[in-house]
Amino acid sequence: MEMTKGLLMILMTAILTQNFVLSKFLGICPFLGVSKKLNTAVGMSAAVIFVMALATAVTYPINLLLVSKNLAYLQTIVFILVIAALVQLVEIILKKYIPALYSALGIYLPLITTNCAVLGVVILNVDNGYNFAQSMFNSVGAGLGFMLAMVMFAGVRERMESCEIPKFMRGLPITLVAASLVSVSFLGFTGIVEHIFG
Amino acid sequence: MAEKKSLFKEFSKGIIIENPVLRLVLGTCPTLATTTSVQSALGMGLAASIVLVCSNIVISALRKVIPAKVRIPAYIVVIASFVTIVQMLVKAFTPELDEQLGVYLPLIVVNCIILGRAEAFAGKNPVLASAVDGLGMGVGFTTALFLMSTVREILGAGSFYGISIPVLSNNPMLIFILPPGGFFVFGLLMATVNKIAESRGKPRAELRGCEACPMAASCTLHNAPQPEPEQKSEEATA
Repeated sequence: MEMTKGLLMILMTAILTQNFVLSKFLGICPFLGVSKKLNTAVGMSAAVIFVMALATAVTYPINLLLVSKNLAYLQTIVFILVIAALVQLVEIILKKYIPALYSALGIYLPLITTNCAVLGVVILNVDNGYNFAQSMFNSVGAGLGFMLAMVMFAGVRERMESCEIPKFMRGLPITLVAASLVSVSFLGFTGIVEHIFG
Repeated sequence: MAEKKSLFKEFSKGIIIENPVLRLVLGTCPTLATTTSVQSALGMGLAASIVLVCSNIVISALRKVIPAKVRIPAYIVVIASFVTIVQMLVKAFTPELDEQLGVYLPLIVVNCIILGRAEAFAGKNPVLASAVDGLGMGVGFTTALFLMSTVREILGAGSFYGISIPVLSNNPMLIFILPPGGFFVFGLLMATVNKIAESRGKPRAELRGCEACPMAASCTLHNAPQPEPEQKSEEATA
């Protein structure tokens, strides 16, 4: 019981209070670049959740091995290479065996290789000293939080298309200010997780 | 003389005309995340600049050895090695900076500025020019971070480089050092830079995350028709 509570707390914290995009600023590039339409936002986020969970599952035993051999300083190099190889492998396997899933997620996969959110979640799991279950919950939570932010922001941007925006704010500046307001709304979740589970 | 002049041009383009953050809109994650104080922003800028210069030199020296097909993984290995070196140095000599930067220090590996310069410049140009290009881009990146963090620290914490400013530190506007303040200040900074650029007849900075991304060539999302006209920088098309 106590353990499930802890895991749920990690999950909810990753989604709401410590949202990857809006409070940790990881994965800003896809957040600003791919959020113009709702369907691409959903596709991209689904691919991110998938890769984050997979990367965590694969890097967890690798990290144990590195630590046991006193090679912990190689973490950064090993993780980025493992993630890059993993994404390529997943792309090939999906293309060959599950074409339906490939057509839905495949086009987003190459983008994710150099995405700081995926490497970020793996490094954060190690830094926080999470065990396997905690790492998985944190990764899935981070992915879901990314999806929540992307979907909400896609909605905001679709509304903005039809607005009269002052000339000097058009384009990127107004997008960033809108992101700032979405981020303010997430500040409202501060403390909520502790209240529910604490 | 002509060579000297062009080297200076390589250096100076990174600071103003092609400032990686304010004109090319690259490396937005560290720009937003590490600018809560001037100190951490300068630390981040310096760390990224060192990695940028060193990896540019090595990649440029190896440009004839690395086969074109596996160049991206090769670049990543070079960059990751230098990031690890910088990480160890920062941990050993300035542990408080390591604490401030946290996860963003190892994440220099996936900073698009560094991989972008490797792909656009260092992989095609001689060593000296690549080093100068890296230095210019690094200074440009640090300048942008410095601007952002100055505004955020003065308004959000009422201090500058940790030294508190008399009247402002009584009631600092905390929101500016919280995440929303980062987006907000960056938005206004981009608007200002765009305004200046427009008055000089230069194009506005637009988000071109995709073109700058080294994976763009193999990425179907990028090659699919897009609703907006694309603006490519000279390097991206070259």
